[in-house]
Amino acid sequence: MSVDERTDAPPRAGVLGDSITRPDGIAKTQGAFSFSSDESVDGCLFGATLRSPHPYARIVSIALGPAWQIDGVRAVITADDVPGQPTYGLIAHDQPVFASEYVRYVGEPIAAVAADGPETARRALAAIRVEFELLEPLLDPEAAIAGAHDPVHPDGNVIRHQRIEHGDLSVAGDIVVEGTYEIGMQDQAFLGLEAAIAFPDDGAALGNGGGIELHIATQWLHEDQKQIAACLGLPAEKVHVVLGGVGGAFGAREDISLQVHTCMLALRLGRPVRMAYDRGESFLGHVHRHPTTISMRHHATADGQLVKIEARFVFDGGAYASTSSAVLINGITMAQGPYRCPNGEIVGWAVRSNHLPCGAMRGFGAVQACFAYESQMDKLADACGLDPVEVRLRNAMVTGDTLLTGQRVLNVAPVEECIRQTAALPLPNTPVGGVPLPDGEVDVMQLPGGAGRTADAGDVVRGIGWGVSIKNLMYSEGFDDYSTARCKLADGVATIKFATAEVGQGFVMIATQIARTVLGVDDVVLDTIDTGVGSAGSTSASRQTWMSGGAVDAASRKVRDQLLAEIAREQGIDVNRLAIDGTDIIDTAGSFRLSVTEASMGRSFDEEVEYRHPETFDLDERGQGDCHTAFAFVAHRAVVDVDPELGLVKVVQIATAQDVGVALNPLSVIGQIEGGIAQGLGLAVMEEIIQVDGVIRNANFTDYLLPTFLDMPPVVAALIEQPDPLSPLGAKGVGEPPCISSTPSIVAAIRDALRSVGVEKDLDRVPVRPGDICL
Amino acid sequence: MSQQYMLHVNGVDHEVTDGWLGESLLDTLRDRLGLMGTKGACTQGECGSCSVLVDGELVCSCLVMAATATEQEITTIEGVAPAGAPSDVQQAFVDAGAVQCGFCTPGLIMAVHDLLERSPEPDGTEIREQLAGNVCRCTGYGRIVDAVQQVSVRRAGSGSSS
Repeated sequence: MSVDERTDAPPRAGVLGDSITRPDGIAKTQGAFSFSSDESVDGCLFGATLRSPHPYARIVSIALGPAWQIDGVRAVITADDVPGQPTYGLIAHDQPVFASEYVRYVGEPIAAVAADGPETARRALAAIRVEFELLEPLLDPEAAIAGAHDPVHPDGNVIRHQRIEHGDLSVAGDIVVEGTYEIGMQDQAFLGLEAAIAFPDDGAALGNGGGIELHIATQWLHEDQKQIAACLGLPAEKVHVVLGGVGGAFGAREDISLQVHTCMLALRLGRPVRMAYDRGESFLGHVHRHPTTISMRHHATADGQLVKIEARFVFDGGAYASTSSAVLINGITMAQGPYRCPNGEIVGWAVRSNHLPCGAMRGFGAVQACFAYESQMDKLADACGLDPVEVRLRNAMVTGDTLLTGQRVLNVAPVEECIRQTAALPLPNTPVGGVPLPDGEVDVMQLPGGAGRTADAGDVVRGIGWGVSIKNLMYSEGFDDYSTARCKLADGVATIKFATAEVGQGFVMIATQIARTVLGVDDVVLDTIDTGVGSAGSTSASRQTWMSGGAVDAASRKVRDQLLAEIAREQGIDVNRLAIDGTDIIDTAGSFRLSVTEASMGRSFDEEVEYRHPETFDLDERGQGDCHTAFAFVAHRAVVDVDPELGLVKVVQIATAQDVGVALNPLSVIGQIEGGIAQGLGLAVMEEIIQVDGVIRNANFTDYLLPTFLDMPPVVAALIEQPDPLSPLGAKGVGEPPCISSTPSIVAAIRDALRSVGVEKDLDRVPVRPGDICL
Repeated sequence: MSQQYMLHVNGVDHEVTDGWLGESLLDTLRDRLGLMGTKGACTQGECGSCSVLVDGELVCSCLVMAATATEQEITTIEGVAPAGAPSDVQQAFVDAGAVQCGFCTPGLIMAVHDLLERSPEPDGTEIREQLAGNVCRCTGYGRIVDAVQQVSVRRAGSGSSS
């Protein structure tokens, strides 16, 4: 059902199922919402970071003296000044707070300064003299695998290797298709740049002083707290992390960037210190989507049933590990896509190089896998003489199917419904080349190339392409994945506290909707998002609606049960007969009725709950094991117009049907779908970080191309609502799937358009560039 | 090198005393005048987050030297509607789901007010073309187009413009 057709209005405003609007929405439209880059305080100092200009070099010497000579410079710090653990990292602690002996990528921090003003800080950086001995960088991932380059890090050049073997590896198909696919390095390109302000603790906030309070735009407050505390040599409770306003995240705020540097400067000086990156520094300061090379060979019967998949994945992790080992596992365990396949042999590497470090970005390994397996499914359709939709329907996974890891898919798995409902959505009614202007002339703005006004309408051809995908939700491989929420009900007001990072996705709406629904109160207040409550885990892996939603739901239920127990006792009614009906407590077998607001007057209940998903397990040597928690599915159909001579593409429409479980806030779900598709479109035809000899060449928004209003077509969306019994609210996370199979659908549509004029192109690399089409 | 000059912002004269002469209007608004509603995201005129009106013309404030904007009427997001009350465009953005992280939003609000002043009933293509200088990374733009159309329809219905 599309949102527009929804007729089953929720029973009451503000509860689950209602498209309530953002509590911070008006402030955001007025410029009154405070982002972390807006935070300042009188007397604060400004920090800045000196970064490596070389991809791989030995640091011979660092001369800080000239920086100290500049008036207004208050602190200059290097690796020698790190009070605690010298390195950090989300999984392996392999990344130095400051480089000491070696620099391993262009942009690696070497020193930081604090000064009275940002210009003074920049001048101080320019005055620091670093002598390097240049070393031969490791830039070829195959050299890392082959052992053809000396280790560029004490942990070695292979971050992780994993194999998956399942079924009978000797079988062969009647039909075999194969290809090698490349995915370029994508940037999350959130608009709100990295920024933080650190306040040294004077003893008032954190006890007896010596601690630090950091206001930071992050995805995971407690992980920041843990890593910062370790590097500062402080116990975690001495590091208080408060969520600063977050201007988008998409994975790029999961790792440490300026957190430790800001805290070190503030602690050293005993004064508040601000740090803020500009766009160029942001490209260097956070991790990116892994550039990946994937070879695949699909075996199938003559009628298109998959019998075996062979694949080899190589993820270039860049200089430090970040989450590369988990991205690798996501990629290789999603290699079969949302399709049944009894046999498979998948090998994968995540390797180190002297490129920019890579880690989390929306889709997390599944994006790369999907471009490869969906390109393969189209090759299979061709080889079998089948329609792209038909070959996907013949192989569509269902609940209970077994993956190549041996794990059974226990979630709702409406793959066929996703495909069929997408196919049923209307195709665009605009003619090839766009709707003519009122005077009958071609509207050049609707042609491929748009404002460039270069395409000739007569040359433009249209194509249609498909992409279908699977995404694991939540964390995997035995990680103790939980979220904490606290619910307080007093005098008719519910107060919810959590450390769930609100990055724009809208958990601040969902949390109040859950509390209203469970408790029957309308007045729900959200407490400050900080480390003053247990961890919520990361706002990533499409996990917060399920995990923090589960925690808010459980805490609210505990409070409700206590209220009902007290009322039952006072009224002499069996508690099992009491229930919440809208905003009232009712006796289901009698006439008693009392509003929750009245019932809670003069009372106070306060409960904190940790919600955990079922345990997951490591993969064994053959890649077998129940490593994932849950799965979500989606289908995309792209319509594109292409000028084959110029290699220009205009995406005309994306249709999608997504497996969402239950749409708790349908308008928010549509927002996630459209936003995710825009990022998928970016990867398909526009976005790539270019590195030459280890040096980034487009660290700005002039040269790193982001989809604009004119690049992004209308989306027609249908929501597949089959409540998942394994999810606490029946809902699945919806953030990642939209950007996974939208990319291959667009590339397939370009291939289809070209085929209509007799041009066969593999287009086995994204982003597809004009030259890939026309040369 | 710094020099004292006046900026006329949202109907109020502001004396800039501590700016350096080459400073952008974006930095001056934020760092000297404390008007933090205007956002900087690319500082090279590509993303529109810093959009303001200078003598009624929509500009990227990161590309305007503040010292050249004296004697001109500058309108920022803080001055686009009466204090406290959201404009019809601001309200429509919230109602239509056009706001997620919100970092691009102030710049877009400026651009949409400007668009609807010049063209009260834009069609979908015109909206997309006219707003193409404002990048949003969260929404995929669909709900923003919807918000603009809602305002356009409502204004046409009520015969007013706010």
